[in-house]
Amino acid sequence: MNWDIALFLGQDGLVNGVIYGLLAIALVLVFMVTRVIFISQGDLVAYSALSMASLSGAKTPGTFWLLICLAVIVFATESWRWKKGLQVDWRSTLIWALFFPVIATFCVLALPTNSLAGNILTTICIITPLGPLLYRFIFRPIANASVLFLLIAAVTLHGILVGFSLLFFGAEGWRIPLFTDQGLSIGNVTIKGQSLIVVFVTISLVALLFLFFEKNIFGKALRATAINRTGAKLVGIPIEFCGDLSFAMAAFIAAISGILIAPLSIIYYDTGFLIGLKGFVAAIIGGLVSFPLALFGALLVGQLEAFSSFWASAYKEVLVFTLILPVLFWRSLRSRHVEDDE
Amino acid sequence: MNAKLATLFIALFTCAWYFLPDFTISLLNYVGIYAIVVLGLVLMTGIAGMTSFGQAAFVGIGAYATAWICTSPFIVEAVGGALGLSLLPWIGLIFGLIITCCLAWLLGIITLNLSGFYLPLCTIAWGLSFYYLFGNLEFLGGHTGITGIPPVSIASHPLVDPRYFGYLIWSVFFALLCLTHNLLNSREGRAIQSLKSGRLMAESMGINTNSYRAKVFMLAALMASISGWLYAHFQRFVNPTPFNLSASIEYLFMAVIGGAGYLWGAVLGSGLITFIKSYLQDILPKIFGASINPEAIIFGLIMLFILQYQPDGLWPGLIKLLKPLIGVNKRNSTLDKYEPSQLTKRKMPPKEMVLLSAKNVTKRFGGLVANKSLSIDLKAGEIHALIGPNGAGKSTFFNIISGVDFPTEGEIELLGESMTGKTARDFASRGLGRTFQHVRLLRSKSVLENVALGAHLRGHFGWLASMFRLDRCEERALQKEASEQIDRCGLQGSEDAIASTLSLGKQRIVEIARALSGQPVALLLDEPAAGLRHLEKKDLAKLLMQLKLEGLGVLIIEHDMEFVMHLADRITVLDFGTVIAQGTPQEIQQNPRVLDAYLGIDEQSGESQ
Repeated sequence: MNWDIALFLGQDGLVNGVIYGLLAIALVLVFMVTRVIFISQGDLVAYSALSMASLSGAKTPGTFWLLICLAVIVFATESWRWKKGLQVDWRSTLIWALFFPVIATFCVLALPTNSLAGNILTTICIITPLGPLLYRFIFRPIANASVLFLLIAAVTLHGILVGFSLLFFGAEGWRIPLFTDQGLSIGNVTIKGQSLIVVFVTISLVALLFLFFEKNIFGKALRATAINRTGAKLVGIPIEFCGDLSFAMAAFIAAISGILIAPLSIIYYDTGFLIGLKGFVAAIIGGLVSFPLALFGALLVGQLEAFSSFWASAYKEVLVFTLILPVLFWRSLRSRHVEDDE
Repeated sequence: MNAKLATLFIALFTCAWYFLPDFTISLLNYVGIYAIVVLGLVLMTGIAGMTSFGQAAFVGIGAYATAWICTSPFIVEAVGGALGLSLLPWIGLIFGLIITCCLAWLLGIITLNLSGFYLPLCTIAWGLSFYYLFGNLEFLGGHTGITGIPPVSIASHPLVDPRYFGYLIWSVFFALLCLTHNLLNSREGRAIQSLKSGRLMAESMGINTNSYRAKVFMLAALMASISGWLYAHFQRFVNPTPFNLSASIEYLFMAVIGGAGYLWGAVLGSGLITFIKSYLQDILPKIFGASINPEAIIFGLIMLFILQYQPDGLWPGLIKLLKPLIGVNKRNSTLDKYEPSQLTKRKMPPKEMVLLSAKNVTKRFGGLVANKSLSIDLKAGEIHALIGPNGAGKSTFFNIISGVDFPTEGEIELLGESMTGKTARDFASRGLGRTFQHVRLLRSKSVLENVALGAHLRGHFGWLASMFRLDRCEERALQKEASEQIDRCGLQGSEDAIASTLSLGKQRIVEIARALSGQPVALLLDEPAAGLRHLEKKDLAKLLMQLKLEGLGVLIIEHDMEFVMHLADRITVLDFGTVIAQGTPQEIQQNPRVLDAYLGIDEQSGESQ
């Protein structure tokens, strides 16, 4: 291995790493607010990338129909609950189950499929509301169950989403053209334009998230819910809406990540899960509670993956997933206490 | 399910085996193989409150271990030549079990110290990496796998016919079911079941939760490994596909759908899923065409429905349907014949001996000082009450003297021994019994089982003994002891009541009985009178007086002033983390600082005292 290869691999690892970082942030966010370990985060990434591929092939992606179905189901359930005299938050229901689907329909019908920007907008409008709708459909009825129970439900959801993915997009892989062919040459090293876009978008997104959590009232509400659900409820924060919001943000992040990786590698119907799990290893490095540590973990995972694909490509996945063992061991050495699971 | 019915079911099953069509037999064999894995998962998930998404990888280890042993030319030549070829599968079985054991132990020690969800996460990751490892190792045949695995032979009869091999599969399953059932109905079983309700209570009863969790995980892994061995010799070839993550998830589905808290749920779940799957594979292509396979979606939706509306699985519903047929299970009450003589008895310390003493205990949480150099002791044969307004630091202190939390500075001594760095478990084994402010009982278990849990440290038989019922004598003694403590605390007749059906006040008394069955020398009670009615309070006071006369030291945190003033020999008053007064009830009642803390006398009159 020489410097050129090392730099090339490092660049590759960095690009993957920042995407894992985005996913890790989303996982940590959803876990802290709702206690759901959102395994399907990666499936949404694949949904996003494959929707992009469908759209650029001038086809309406199956995810659009999934969105419409889910919106109808959620709308029906909420109406039914309302009729039974239960409290229903109509404002947020209308946002997720009516507003976004209508926008998505408009995008699918009206936007030209040969424009990259249009496809990106359509994809974001389809994928983002999937998060809160899935949350309402699956997790809200069991919101008070144990973390373990929620995890089992999340894994079930993963099975369903992969099933739909196969149904919508088939078994073959898809890849869309690079956003740009331009590159930046420094010495004899070329930095791909695509890599720069990925890193730039990620950094802006992280900065936006930071501002959101620090300055915005909803961001503060999310943080409060993450720190103490009961306390947040007592001071009047609608924690169910916070659940919606955290899933919407996770889905939005998934949509962006999917759009970013769609030109970088061939995406199959079940690729998302592996991508999500790598974000997950990173999130665990941060103990599922720390954003900076999760980001750091993601960069580490990206590098490990890139270099192990050079040294031992057959064992790439083995190495990445075995990384979790020393990390967990390190964490367990640090935790002295018998902690009580709720 | 009661024993008679189970025997009847097995007998019917055996008879029917002979007449069933070949296809059904083959399906049933798979059901049996899966049910063995699911049995382990039920033990983990529903009973011990952990879970694993990596069981299929353990199945894979069992299958690949025997496949490799039976087909590797080198081993076949060396071992087969010396001991005979028919012995190879059995060597393979043992080899697989050993590897499984080591791996499960390793994974266990890595994750068990952490919160409960790290273990399943870890199993997802390692389940995946094993799948890739199986597929990439040349000597295991890569993605094509290993073919030509010989059948298992019993007494030089090779079991090739699925009908005969089925006997082996189902015998193994029923044997494991029986052993697990025995294990759960023992002292060790109670400890396993206590893992689910949080570690704090279990540790305070002297149960080493980490070790139990590791053992449960290992047992489940071993079952999976046995299942893999059967699978390899039934299929006669192995490849990585059936051991991937989705297989693991399917095993978990089986456990949850069948009923994760019930051993028989394992058969129900694996049977249902296997048969529905086979049916769907017939019917779905006719509806949707061959290119589309919505099986995963359908299973996922069924699973979601079960999770949301029937979280205990289908087994309890089935039992309810069958109840008129089988009648209610009765505990056999042959307890009276046995004396609890063989249980360890603690020697009561002499009167006035200092049992528990806190010396200059300080506890800080960041900048907040919850306890500031507190010194308190508890003597044998006294009732010592700890009172103070809300936020005075009572609960923090209580946690420190029971080993749940560590003091920032200072020292705790129990029976003259320094307890620095010791856990709640060590406190329990040295004779400290306690109750909890928020009642911590096994809610779905009977009062008797809850109380017997308190006597955990007084029994000695281990897992194997429990599985083979060698512990019966001790178990009867434990139950007798528990039922005596129940009577003593005035709960006669509610031995068989389910703990969660009792009133909160009664549940507090059950906690006291549980603490007493551990035969403590020092008893720490956290607000025992809260939620009790007047007469119940009187009975409780009587009980505490009697314990005091027997030589126990009782330390009690209580808000009910009347109760404390009539009962306690000494009272310590805490405010803002420090001791503001200590003495007899009379002294405390007249102490100006106490009056100030409780009634808020203004500064001037406070000074004029």
